[in-house]
Order: sequence, then structure tokens, then C-alpha cells
Amino acid sequence: MARLIATTPCAGLLPLAIGSVTVTEVDAGPVTLIAPYDGAQKATSDALKAAVGVGFPAPNRTLGQTQGKRPRIVWCGMGQAVLMGADCPDLPQAAVVDQSDAWAIVRIDGADAAAVLARLTPIDLRDSQFKRGHTARTLVAHMTVSVTRVGAQTYEVMAMRSMAGTLVHDLEQAAKNVAARAALA
Amino acid sequence: MRVIKPTGTPLTFTFDGVQYRGVEGDTLASALLANGVKLVGRSFKYHRPRGIVTAGSEEPNALVTIGTGPSQEPNVRATTVQLFNGLEARSQNAWPSLKRDAMAVNDLAAPFLSAGFYYKTFMWPKAFWEKLYEPIIRRAAGLGALSGEANSDTYEKAFAHCDVLVIGAGPAGLMAALTAGRAGADVIVADEDAVMGGRLLAETFDVDGQAGADWAADAVAELAAMPNVRLMPRTTVTGAYDQGTFGALEEVSRHVPRSDAPRECFWRITAKRSILCAGALERPIAFPNNDRPGIMMASAVRAYLNRWGVAPGKAVTIFANNDDAHRTAVDLMDAGVKVAGVIDSRADVAALGDYPLYTSGAVIGTKGRHALDSITITHAGGTRELRTDCLAMSGGWNPTVHLTCHMNGRPQWDDAIQSFVPVEGAIPGMVVAGAANGQMSTAACLQSGAQAACAVATELGLSPVADVPSAEDDPYRIEPLWQVDGKGRKWIDFQNDVHVKDIKLSAQENFRSVEHMKRYTTQGMATDQGKSSNVVALAVLADATGRGIPETGTTTFRPPYVPVSIAAMGAGSQGHGFAPKRLTTSHHASVARGAPMIEAGLWYRPSYFPHPGEATWLESCNREVGYVRNAVGVCDVSTLGKIDIQGPDAAAFLDFVYCNTFSTLKENRVRYGLMLREDGHVMDDGTTARLGADHYVMTTTTAAAGQVMTHLDWVSQALRPDLDVRFASVTEQWAQFAVAGPQARELLNSVLDDAVDGDAWPFMSCGPVSIGGVKGRLFRISFSGEHAYELAVPSRYGASLFRLLTAQAEALGGGAYGMEALNVLRIEKGFITHAEIHGRVTAFDIGFDRMVSQKKDCVGNAASRRPGLLEAERPQLVGLKAVDPKDKITAGAHLFVEGADPVSANDQGYVSSVCWSPTLGSHIGLGFVADGPNRMGEHIVAVDHVRGVRTLVEVCHPVQFDPEGERTRG
Repeated sequence: MARLIATTPCAGLLPLAIGSVTVTEVDAGPVTLIAPYDGAQKATSDALKAAVGVGFPAPNRTLGQTQGKRPRIVWCGMGQAVLMGADCPDLPQAAVVDQSDAWAIVRIDGADAAAVLARLTPIDLRDSQFKRGHTARTLVAHMTVSVTRVGAQTYEVMAMRSMAGTLVHDLEQAAKNVAARAALA
Repeated sequence: MRVIKPTGTPLTFTFDGVQYRGVEGDTLASALLANGVKLVGRSFKYHRPRGIVTAGSEEPNALVTIGTGPSQEPNVRATTVQLFNGLEARSQNAWPSLKRDAMAVNDLAAPFLSAGFYYKTFMWPKAFWEKLYEPIIRRAAGLGALSGEANSDTYEKAFAHCDVLVIGAGPAGLMAALTAGRAGADVIVADEDAVMGGRLLAETFDVDGQAGADWAADAVAELAAMPNVRLMPRTTVTGAYDQGTFGALEEVSRHVPRSDAPRECFWRITAKRSILCAGALERPIAFPNNDRPGIMMASAVRAYLNRWGVAPGKAVTIFANNDDAHRTAVDLMDAGVKVAGVIDSRADVAALGDYPLYTSGAVIGTKGRHALDSITITHAGGTRELRTDCLAMSGGWNPTVHLTCHMNGRPQWDDAIQSFVPVEGAIPGMVVAGAANGQMSTAACLQSGAQAACAVATELGLSPVADVPSAEDDPYRIEPLWQVDGKGRKWIDFQNDVHVKDIKLSAQENFRSVEHMKRYTTQGMATDQGKSSNVVALAVLADATGRGIPETGTTTFRPPYVPVSIAAMGAGSQGHGFAPKRLTTSHHASVARGAPMIEAGLWYRPSYFPHPGEATWLESCNREVGYVRNAVGVCDVSTLGKIDIQGPDAAAFLDFVYCNTFSTLKENRVRYGLMLREDGHVMDDGTTARLGADHYVMTTTTAAAGQVMTHLDWVSQALRPDLDVRFASVTEQWAQFAVAGPQARELLNSVLDDAVDGDAWPFMSCGPVSIGGVKGRLFRISFSGEHAYELAVPSRYGASLFRLLTAQAEALGGGAYGMEALNVLRIEKGFITHAEIHGRVTAFDIGFDRMVSQKKDCVGNAASRRPGLLEAERPQLVGLKAVDPKDKITAGAHLFVEGADPVSANDQGYVSSVCWSPTLGSHIGLGFVADGPNRMGEHIVAVDHVRGVRTLVEVCHPVQFDPEGERTRG
């Protein structure tokens, strides 16, 4: 019997360490898009909470652990959220779509992580505005992405899998620019 | 000449190949003046010798080129270039040299080259303009040039956010930043200079009993220590835009010899509030021959003296209409520089020190070819000549109102200071303080900066405290003086060579509106955008037209405030950075096989897979078509849009967006669907599979995937919010491969865990399969007319499955095929793509009108029944076959009846797709021809005027190969 070999979206592209910043690929485990049907957000949230311990998040918010493969859920658009790190339970009142292979997920970590992202994304990343657990659908360079703050100096970017090369290239160039600026001072 | 011993590190640099010395902290301009270099450029139109006029970004004359090779940068203002060791600068617009410029003959021809000369002279013959006149004029009148090589420097774009953006860090800006910062606001301070402090660095004023420059340094240090304040030196705010957004250009590494850092960064700063403290710019006086090297702004003379210890002359004269300029004389004398005289246009004025003062005075002439030598003045006591090598002029100050006008605000005239000042609320959230708001003393600037910050911080819910230091509060006394009569040209716009007579001519020729005058004379249209010249020009226009200045008004100030390089605005977008690349999971395998990758939207797809010995793409393509027709071919079709649709109303939703019906589709079956736009024309087509009662997966074409997704969102949110349905793109989740050809099933069964057969898997069936334990989806669909499938697996397995499928296909006498073969296969079968459904065709035009179900409503249904959209005369889809099989047909050719003149009046239609069909041994195509279905067998001429090709073709059914479809079902 044939055996198919799995390849990750950023295989051969990551990790990177530039200046004070590292960029690594995240294996989020199973990734499931959940979109509750009309009037079913609460019921879906309750069912999720009972099964995996996290409910359905408010807009621009995440719930659950941000480290490791423990269950967490990330809002990702109107009436939609992505459950990561856990198999999705049976949710009869929601559309459930497997997205485990759809996203390139990278983590940007380090003292200059926000400075690197500020080269690429128009959203306000200041501590007062974008705290740990906050998330946004926005742009990184020309790509539509989801950006989540997962730590004091740590952010996750989810981009289309097919754009992994461009994502890494753009992050690399931005990190190089930030590091070269630091060297100027 | 350096009159104060410098403390900075010595540096060397070259200007026009000559080596000079400067010191750290110098600008190129201050270093040139310190070396006694006065002639730095030639003027734009008349090639007149010009020197440094200002000490800031408003500099109209001293434009130079810095760097060499690909990083050569033209039109840089010497006044803003920070000196570094090894800097290479060159003058512009002069040949063979700056001193002996051949084009200076233009100046002799000046009587003929007045404003409007080009428009009047070179109108006829029309064709001569582009070919002859324009190139000559462009070469004669000019600025610096790029290298012609691709830019090798890095540029950057970035975003910043703050509560308060302080624009300008002079006394008002620093005070505003201190007040807002101390109150706890999140502040960004942007200043165009490398050192913050503004005029405090250039004047001898005290602040709080301390030298102004020292107070500024302390303020900057205090700000730098605040975690809530971000200082952005070398950053010019270039534009004010909607919703508190500002553009700003930062010079990141232009001031260092070599660096990997970006040269410039274009910032977009979003601020809840902004405080504009951009200061004011001194304006010149239009007196005869006021453009000689050595004639400069009085404020610039003070700046060079007080900040850089450089005296721009040995015997300096001053010509002014205000008290402020007199301080130039005092500062110079304190530094031991001779002041040959102060000429003040006012009658009632007293000297501030022991210098010759000429009241009711004016400069009526100047002498000196490459540098100022002497001036002729009139004054209360008569006329006389003064020997001087530097004339400092001041016609007063113009508040820097530019940013307040970027959202259509118009400044208003303030008679007291003889200048335009901003109106309140011109930019939402912006307060203007300091000299930019017409505050002309240091004390008033500090006070208004603090006040503005208090107002803004209070609005943000903070509790600011105004703690304003003491400073000079001298009144600003000025009497209007714009121009001085006398023999010789009185220059107004130094950069575009516009003088008083040009403006008078404009008025005389009835270009009396200030906007018309600007375009007629080109005043203010140079790279300095008339920063120094605008107000003088409109004062002269006001005089020439007998109106007041307020009635004459200003021209429109537009972004950017300073020139912004395209490289900065387009940072990161050079070459492949222009758009993201979408790569399929089979990308690397395809490239490894030597396949040329072609762009399909953002995707990259293999064009064909060359074999050794194949000389042309066509040979490879023919071979690959053969795989599919005779054995089995494998093609990555993952780029097609895949949209997962779920919900209790999923079926009803699909019935509404497709013109045909999907609620009747059985589970595990696939149907072809056609989608219309609201105007009744075809939007897209594709297949949709029913995976469960409430679960479908739709495919779209590669090109229209984004458009269809947007359309579904629109329909769901705006047209049918009553339908409970959810959809999500799963394009990226699944890697999908077409397996097509007589051996398709055999190939599949070599990889599937459970074999498929014709009974369980008829044409247009679908369902789950498993490959080595991996759950996949199989669709029995065909875009080639062969027995074919599409096999989908989660993307992580895509690369592996592609290699497996192609290896197995090769064992069966087939292999991978690319876009060229795919195109031939579909043309042979008459399958359409966006070459046919290009946006102007209807379902009727492609022969699918019966698919537009009249039993239900759908998007575009009503509009598709409009008169004119269902008529036989419309060009309709047909197949085309070359009458002589070897004759090439070209896409884009138009169709004409044999013997008819090939002009648009006789146009019968056009060719949309063409190929050489190795299967049929003929050139074939698809096209649209009027009343096509009723013209089968007719011979018609395809005429391609662009390529010069005429082909006799036969109109035939679009499906030219296997019209019964037996191979597909077999």
C-alpha cells in the first residue's frame, strides 16, 4: 500500500533568526473552522466548552492556551472562529470545516517582533491596544492574514498555505531592516 | 568660511570631484559654505548660476546628485544632506562644468523664453512636439537624472500609531510634546531635521535663562527618556489624510556611508490627535537680479552662523522689511563678521546695534557673475553701491500651513503678520501651534505649544499641566514689501525660473486666477512646490490684477510636503515583491522537471514538462495531449477555487446563485453549474458536488475564485440574509489532481486503498476515498473529454501524491501535463474558460440559455431576459477549424464573410481560443460569430490586423472531438 508523506507549509523556509527576532513554524494540530448557524452561537459555544474547554470567542479575541497544542480558539471573521489543538466535537448547529492544511502558521518572537510586524501590517500593535489574546484579520504586506498576539513579545500570523514563501520572505526582509536599523544606532 | 572653531569630528567629502573638509554635524550646504563654495547649481530654465538660499528643506536652488551607480540619487537638497565621510555630491543641469555651462546661452535668449513661450511656439506641427521639441526642451531644462540601472538600495514602509502626533520639533513642538508626554499621552514627535530644536538651534535666544539650543537638547533628552514618547528625527510628515492618518518620509541611512539599513522609510502614522508645529518659512523679496550666489535668506545666514559656525560672507548686507532680520546683523557682528549695511524698506526703524542702517531703502541692482560682488541701493539719503559678498534678505515669514490644506482647507490672510494662517478645524483632530499658526516670538511659540497639548490631552481624558519657560517676546514688526522696481529680472520662483514679469504677462494674457497663473508660469510647480515663492507670487499677481491678496487667494497645497521617492512608497514591491506568489504543493516537483511556470492570477502553474530532445513547447504539449488521449495524464488542479458550503439552506442558496438547479442534485453526485452576474451576463462556471444533505463543495475557475467568494458573501449578506448558510474557502486545504485518460482508473486503483469501478463510480459521481490511510475525496469529472477523475487529499500530502501519481502514470505510458496541453484538450472538446466567458457574454451566447432555469429565480435571471440579450444576431459560441489544417488561426482575430472588407462595420465576431490539435491534425479554435449555431459548415475569414494573419476557417460545432462524449462515460 502506498504511503503518503506529509510536508508542512513552511518546510525548508523556517526557522529564521534575525537580530532579536526568531520566526518559527507552528504545528497547531487539528485546525477547524467553526461557523455557527443562525441563532446558534451560544449553543455552539456551550457545546465547545463542554467538549474541549473553550467557548466561541468574541470578535477580535481568542480563548484558551496560547502555548503548545492545548485547545484554543481564534476568532477569524464575522461569525467564524478557528479551533486549534483539539479535534472538533460534533457541532450540529454549526458549519464545521477542516482547515488543518489550509494555513501556514508562523510565530514571530523577540524584542523587536512588534517592530518587524509594524513594517507589514497596518493594525495598531501597541500594548494598550493589542494585548495577549487579541486577534485581527488584517494584512501582512499584500496578504490577507490573521494576526494574534500570543505573548508579551510573541505574535502568530496565519496566512494562506500557498503564500508561505512570500510570507517568510516578507518577514525576513522586515526583520533584516529592523536589525540593520538597530546596527545604525 | 568657518568663523567659530568646530568641535565635531573632521570629515572629507567631494563636490564635483573636488575634495573638501567638513565636520560631523554639517549639512552638505554648511560644509560647502564653510569651504567658500558659493556656486552650487544652474537654474532649471535659463541655466543661471545659483547658490544656496536657505538652510532647510525648502531649498529651491542647491539641488545636487549624491552617490553613484544604481544608488545614484538626483535632486537632493544640499541643505538636508547630512555630511558623512566620503560623501560624493555632484552639481546638476550644467555641461561641461558648473562654471562654464554651455546651456547658459538660454539666459541670453531669455527675452524670447518668457512664460507661455513653449505653448505658443511649439504648437505646430503637432507631430513635432513629441518627437522633436519635447526631447530638446527636456534635455536643456532639467534636473538630475537617475542612473538608468535598477535600484539596488533597500527601502521600507511601516506603520505607527499614537495618541498625539507632534509635527515639528521647534520650540512649539518640543513644548507640546513635553506637555502631552508628561501628561501620559502616547506621543510621536516627527521632525525633518537630524537634530530636534528647530529655530532654537539657529538663533541666539535664551529659554529659561539657558541657551535655546541647550534647552532644546534638554527637552529632547527628557522626551527620549519617556517610555510613552517616540522621537522620529529625519522624518518629514508629507501629507494629512482621512481619519487621522499621516504620511511621513524618514531618512533612515542616507546620512551614513554604507549600510544594509533601508535608505528611506515611508511611514503611515495614525494619530487620535495631531499638533502641527511646522514653523514658518522666510520669503524672499523680488528685487532686480536677486538670484546671484551669495544672496540668501536672512534666517539661513543666522542658521549657518549660529548652528554651524559658518559665515556665508566676509562683508554681509541685509535687506528686509521687518525687525526680525536685524538680528542677523547683531549675530554676525558678535561673531566678528563685518556687516556692510542693513537696508530696511521701512522709514521709521532704529538699528539694534552699531551697523550702517539705510531706511526707506531698497536693493535695486546686484553684480557678480558666479558670486555676489556688490549691490546698488536706494535709501532716504540717495543711491549708492555697497561692496558685499553676501546679501541676507527677508520679506517676512510664511507660516507653514501646507498640511492644514491637504483636506481642502484654505488658509486665511492675516494682515498683522502679512501672511496666510491656517483656519481652525481644517484637518479633523489637528491643532496648529507656534509659528505655523502665526505666533512670531519664542515665548508665544512655547505658550501655544503648551496650550495646544493641554487642549488635546484634556480631550483624551488626561490631566495636563502647562509649565511654560520664559523666553523673548519681541513684537514682530513688518511692513509689506514684495517687489522692487528696477532694471533686471526680479526672481520669485528660483527653482522654476519665474520672475515678476512672467506673472504680469500671465495677468495681461488674462490668466488672472491664481491657479491659472501657476499653470501659465509654472510658478510653484517645481520640486520645492513653491515653498518660498508662492506668497510673493500671488502678492505680485494681486498687484498686477488690482486685487487684494486675500481676494487673490492661494493655490492648492497638495501632498507630499517634500519630494517622496517612488522607491519608498513602493518599498518591498520591486520585482517579485509586486504581488504574493501562490505556489501549489507540486510546485517544486514541476520546477525540478524543468517546467516553465506561468502566472494564473497569483498562482504559478506549469506550462509544460519538457523532455530531452524536444525543441519547442509545442512538441512537449503534443506529447502531453497524447498522454491523456491515449494513456493517462496527471495535472495539478489545486488552483481552482474550492468553496465549502454548509447549512440548512445550502441547497436553496445554490439554486439562487447558480442559474441551474442544485437542490435536486443527489448526494455523492456532481453537477456543472453556471453563475450569472446581476446584469445577467456570465460570471463564472464550475462543478459543484453534493457531499451531504446540507453540504456542498463548489469549484470555481482559478481566475474568478476571489470574485465568486466575494459574490457569495454579497448574496448571503445583502440579497438573501434569510437563508441559513455558511461558506468557507477550502482551496488551500485540498491538493487536487486531475487523472485523465483511458488508463485513469487503472492509475487510480494503483494508489487507492479500495479500488473504484464503473458501476459504483459513474461519470459525475463523487465520494470519500483513502490513499495509504489518508482520507481524500474523489470526483469523477472531466475537463478533457476523457475518462477522468479529480483526486483531492489534504495539502500536506499534495507533494507526495503528485510524485506518486506521475510516477505511476509514466509506468502506464503517460505522465504529467501542463497548462498548454490542458488548453488543447478543452478546446478540442469545446469547454469554455474565461477566454470565452470574458464578462460580455450571456448564457445565450455560449449556448447555455436553457440552463437558466425559469422554474426558479436566480441572480441575473431577470436581467438575462432583457431585449437584445437573446437575439440571433448576437455573436454566439462556435467551433472553428482551419480549412487548410496547416493554416494557423490566431486568438483575437475578427471574423468576416468571405470577400467582405475586413473593417468593423462588417465584423461578424471574433476568435477567443486557438490551438494546434494533435488529435485532429488541424489548427482549431473557439469563437463567437453572429447567428453561429445556424452557420455550421460555412467558410469565413479570420483576420488578425495586429499580427497580419488571415485564415480561411470553417464554422463548426464547438465540440470537435468525440461529440457523443463516449470516451468520458466509458
